Amino acid sequence: MNFGDSPEELAFRLRLRQWLGHNNPGLPPSSTSDEYWAGQAAWHQTLYDAGFFGLSWPKEVGGQGLPSVYDVILDEEIIAAGAPPRPSVGYLVQGLLRHGNEDLQRRFLPGLVSGRDRWCQGFSEPDAGSDLASLRTRAVREGSEYVITGHKVWTSYSDAADWCLVLARTDPDVPKHRGISAFIVPMGQPAIEQRPLRMINGITREFGEVIFDGARVDAANMVGEPGEGWRLAMTVVSHEREPGELGYVARYGKLVNELAHIVEGRPDDYGPEQRRDLAWALVEAEMLRCHVSRRLSDRLDGLSHGPEGSVDKLLMTAVEQAVGHAALSIGGAAGIEGDDTWLRVYLYSRAQSVMGGTSQIQRNLIANRILELPSS
Amino acid sequence: MDVRLSPEQVTLRDAARQVVDRLCPQGVAQLDDAERAAKLDAAVVTSGWRELRTSSDDGGPWASAVEVAVVAEELGRGLADTAFLGPTMAADLRRLAGAPPATTPETIALGPDLSEPAVAPGPLGLGAVALDAQGATSALVLLPEGDRYAIGTITVGHPTAGVDLTRSLAGFPAGATVSPLEGVSRSLGPDDLARWRSLGLAVTCADLVGVMRGAVTLACDYARSRRQYGAAIGSFQAVQHLLADAYVAMEGSRSIALHAAWAVDALDAPGALEAASAAKAYCARAARSVCETAIQVHGGIGNTWECLAHVFLRRALLSSEVLGGVGANLSRVLAARGIGGDDELR
Repeated sequence: MNFGDSPEELAFRLRLRQWLGHNNPGLPPSSTSDEYWAGQAAWHQTLYDAGFFGLSWPKEVGGQGLPSVYDVILDEEIIAAGAPPRPSVGYLVQGLLRHGNEDLQRRFLPGLVSGRDRWCQGFSEPDAGSDLASLRTRAVREGSEYVITGHKVWTSYSDAADWCLVLARTDPDVPKHRGISAFIVPMGQPAIEQRPLRMINGITREFGEVIFDGARVDAANMVGEPGEGWRLAMTVVSHEREPGELGYVARYGKLVNELAHIVEGRPDDYGPEQRRDLAWALVEAEMLRCHVSRRLSDRLDGLSHGPEGSVDKLLMTAVEQAVGHAALSIGGAAGIEGDDTWLRVYLYSRAQSVMGGTSQIQRNLIANRILELPSS
Repeated sequence: MDVRLSPEQVTLRDAARQVVDRLCPQGVAQLDDAERAAKLDAAVVTSGWRELRTSSDDGGPWASAVEVAVVAEELGRGLADTAFLGPTMAADLRRLAGAPPATTPETIALGPDLSEPAVAPGPLGLGAVALDAQGATSALVLLPEGDRYAIGTITVGHPTAGVDLTRSLAGFPAGATVSPLEGVSRSLGPDDLARWRSLGLAVTCADLVGVMRGAVTLACDYARSRRQYGAAIGSFQAVQHLLADAYVAMEGSRSIALHAAWAVDALDAPGALEAASAAKAYCARAARSVCETAIQVHGGIGNTWECLAHVFLRRALLSSEVLGGVGANLSRVLAARGIGGDDELR
């Protein structure tokens, strides 16, 4: 049992540290401003071009083929440098690696990993949130293509995306989980309309609604067989719940360091309650770093796709919301002018217990699949 | 980095698990079974687990704090009513001071509120307590020597009932005096004390993780068997969500506690103490909440003496207070960042 670096890991860490010293784009905190999303795509490509992204993914798809735990080193060094977190596309990569055929992996994974192609995920619908399998978007076969009609929502980065991983119903006559197929749909077509959603912290570039009105996709872009979309969806959402896949250790570590720096500079300006909020944010962020180290170590002999992501999601949510409360406490909410970044951090944190499956859904999954309590 | 237990650590865990499952109390009534408790104590003596921190030939401990934590987690899970933390801390203190291993059962003394090691001359007569007092004949205390410490030893009084039904505390007999420990070859500096304290914090964290694991298992078993409205109560979401949250709190605690155990011997002394303080704050908060959930899930039965749920809670309350609970350790976390004094958030 060893949280420390091997000689190879240390060499990698030092090389990365030196590189980050010269290449930090200095973006504002993630998900607090549209400016962040404008700069994030370039950051993805910069990281990738230097060999510091996709560390544990296979070399054939543009990854570095390194052991899973190298992502912990990346996150730790990003925190130390105050750089933006690594892009969160791992869950799409894992979905395509597990369910995509060789042709799809060859065509799509290199662009997704390198950041040359931007992706979004068309899963949720206005009437299919927690009950995702009740989705109503249809895909109808016409010759060598499918025609897609429906309404997707909470589609992250849909305004910038080149491709959308869409879940659509291909067979309305079988039980709901079995009639769903998955497609990689090109976004640049007139039959797709994208509408931004303005979130409670004011950002407009992260979430969108996407209307498919007879959009076309080559049948060869179906991931898996007809009716296998639900299996892909479960792989994708299970990894979407893992902070180790998302790179969120760096996201929280960076925010909490910035809050600590504020208090370090003017300790007399902050009372015991504010310092306590900061202390909890520090402790929670440290817990997540240790937890992700443990989870990524468990992957050293191979990836699994079990229900543990639901545990990770609830831990990650607790961290984000503790950081949010510290941001509110220290950064302040009631100012009438000036920089409201910390208020935006706090407000965004409320979404973490909803996106990627609500905390209530995660608790259901843990109760049934890990604790093996009887079904209700 | 590979945070998984090594094959040797898995073997140690399985050995501890066997002893715990065979000899630990399976119900509250068995706490009074002196024959069982004696067998458990004998099995722990035979195992050598209390000597893991004694000095090896190079002056380092025989085993790292990770091995100690592996054993402590199992003992906590099984509500082991035998001494472990006290003798382990005593052995480590002797090692740090270059003293030979104890020849009679020994523990350590803490200050009146348990949050700090006992320092003599100091309030020893005013409520200092010996930890893990059952079976111990003497306790180690710190003796100030300029800005360093020597080690003293004092006879332990009779164990008294406290919050924890599985481990007892004791005061010191009237007239007992502290005498310098024999065979000590060096005094202890701030780094020695920080490392020693981080060992104690890491072991209490491991104990708390074990307690949480035991409490979650107990409550889940009950939720599967207890029926109301014609169904097992574990099928109701309101109950499921309580138990899911308890499980998540236990898993997060396990991750940060493992890191603290590793840090004791792997990081520099301030780094080890920072890791241990963060872990203790997290585990202490989590453990109380998880044990309260175990009582709630048991309903009225959970509030009766015969249900083991309160034994887990009681053990958690003692382990939390030893070397400081939530407030003291949050303050240490901030102090490590240069913010605030050492004790202001208590």
